Amino acid sequence: MNTVITINQLTRTFKETVAVDNLSLEVHAGEIFGFLGHNGAGKTTTVRLLNGVIEPTSGSMRVLGFDPQVDGPALRARTGVLTETPSMDERLTAWDNLSIYADLYGVLKAAVKPRVQELLAEFDLADRAQEKVSGYSKGMKQRLALARALLHKPELIFLDEATSGLDPVSAHHVNGLIERMARREGCTVFMCTHNLVEAQRLCDRVAILEHGRLVALGTPTELTRQYVRRLDVEIEVAEGQTEAALKILRGLPQLVLGEPAQPNGALVVTVNKRESIPDMLASMVQNHVRVYRMAPQEANLEQVYFTLHEEKDGVQ
Amino acid sequence: MNARAMFAIARKDLKVVSQNKNVLVPIIIIMVVFFVVIPWLAGLMPTLINVAGSKMDGIEAMLARMPAGMQQEFTGYSLSQKITVLFLVYMMLPLFLLLPVMVASLFAADSFAGEKERKTLEALLYTPTSDRELLIAKVLSGWLAAIAVGWGGFVLYAINVNAAAWSQMRHIFFPNAMWLALIIWVIPALSGLGVAMIVLFSARAQGFQDANQLGGIAVLPIVGLFYAQVAGAMFFNTTIVLLMGLVIWLLTWLLIWLGSRSFRRNRLLGA
Repeated sequence: MNTVITINQLTRTFKETVAVDNLSLEVHAGEIFGFLGHNGAGKTTTVRLLNGVIEPTSGSMRVLGFDPQVDGPALRARTGVLTETPSMDERLTAWDNLSIYADLYGVLKAAVKPRVQELLAEFDLADRAQEKVSGYSKGMKQRLALARALLHKPELIFLDEATSGLDPVSAHHVNGLIERMARREGCTVFMCTHNLVEAQRLCDRVAILEHGRLVALGTPTELTRQYVRRLDVEIEVAEGQTEAALKILRGLPQLVLGEPAQPNGALVVTVNKRESIPDMLASMVQNHVRVYRMAPQEANLEQVYFTLHEEKDGVQ
Repeated sequence: MNARAMFAIARKDLKVVSQNKNVLVPIIIIMVVFFVVIPWLAGLMPTLINVAGSKMDGIEAMLARMPAGMQQEFTGYSLSQKITVLFLVYMMLPLFLLLPVMVASLFAADSFAGEKERKTLEALLYTPTSDRELLIAKVLSGWLAAIAVGWGGFVLYAINVNAAAWSQMRHIFFPNAMWLALIIWVIPALSGLGVAMIVLFSARAQGFQDANQLGGIAVLPIVGLFYAQVAGAMFFNTTIVLLMGLVIWLLTWLLIWLGSRSFRRNRLLGA
């Protein structure tokens, strides 16, 4: 598997503040890599470092084979960045914004017009291409900014909170584009976000950052298995057997944590690990409870994130 | 050097600034005052002085203090013609120098500091331009604007000066060699110096107004030249103008060279 980003013990400080703290990780070609963390966790600083826009305090990195500090311009010709704010020239039209940046990114002169037209159509902005960006909605500005980041067909794209502040329809549209870029066009996506549902759905692997430090790295499934130690299981039993089921569950303190809940008539129990589920089922069957359904509710990144956050708070 | 990218940045800046009333309105006011109002007032000055019945002894004394070479230029002129030439050709020269510095200051202040204010800078920093290209592109946009206003203003001034003074002079007397040297040689140099100075300051300033403050300081030496001439301490001639241009070109080159060695895009983000 080709590695497009290699970060080795990267640290960046701003006076006394450590924005990125001894970060080491790799990003592989063609994957959607989620970079998660709360505001101020060091995500934007890392993107700036990886593009040679700021210098590291210590550590090293290679991006697409380049050292960002030495070969910044050559590297940036092959990366696209969607910044946290759309960063568009609002006094210019969408067309001007894109055509000027096409020149800046070295798009072939003959290809500038068709490429700008193609992207404006793709992002549903063609009808308003000659309007000043100041009149655009936030979603339109964000789509235009994404179009700008894709002008030169980058191999690696950095998205810093790509759907932040967008309405659900616009966010869905942007997420669809991100997925298509990676799955069909083979582009590697480095996605900074604190939208954990989005990360869960889109990302092949994620890194979780806390105060500039890497606290978890892996696929969403790996991380949920590794960090989420509690699992909710929804149980459906035959009519009239709920009390019997509750009695059995209360008698399994080594498997079942706390008191079973009964939201909307269904039984929900929390178990300490996935492996407890067959044992719980066996107990109920042995006690002649007819179980129609036993559905573990899959843990998600949100739970991982909060588990890690609680652990951190616990340490502090 | 990536010339296409640099011209793209200059094109972007010129387009953005041309939409900015904070920049355009002062430039239009300056152009109207300098190139239309002042020539006409000066052209009418001898008539107004005569109407008011003032004595011209002071002006004659000032003309007498001028270097011999300059006095030759006034040979054959009547006193009112001398006043017209003195004011429109000699006194206005240092004031004309103010113009590129002021335009450069307005444009250059809007460069990095304006981009910071509008939150458009970060996207620019992620483009495949080197630090040096970024700096030169920013200088280029202000420089082109200042030269365009300087040269355009000169044409406007020449037309108005000759028209306003026609009743006195009865021939086209402007521009002379000294003014041509000023326009071709000094204005581009001075524009470059003004822009380079303010762009470098703009890179560290937080906003347009901060950066624009420096423009006020940058014009002080030129105001000094104006007063030196009014006081008779020095008078411009073609040689002085050419030498002044040479010194300014050297200073401009030195400033850009030093600036491009120290300029780093990471400092623009306050890093």
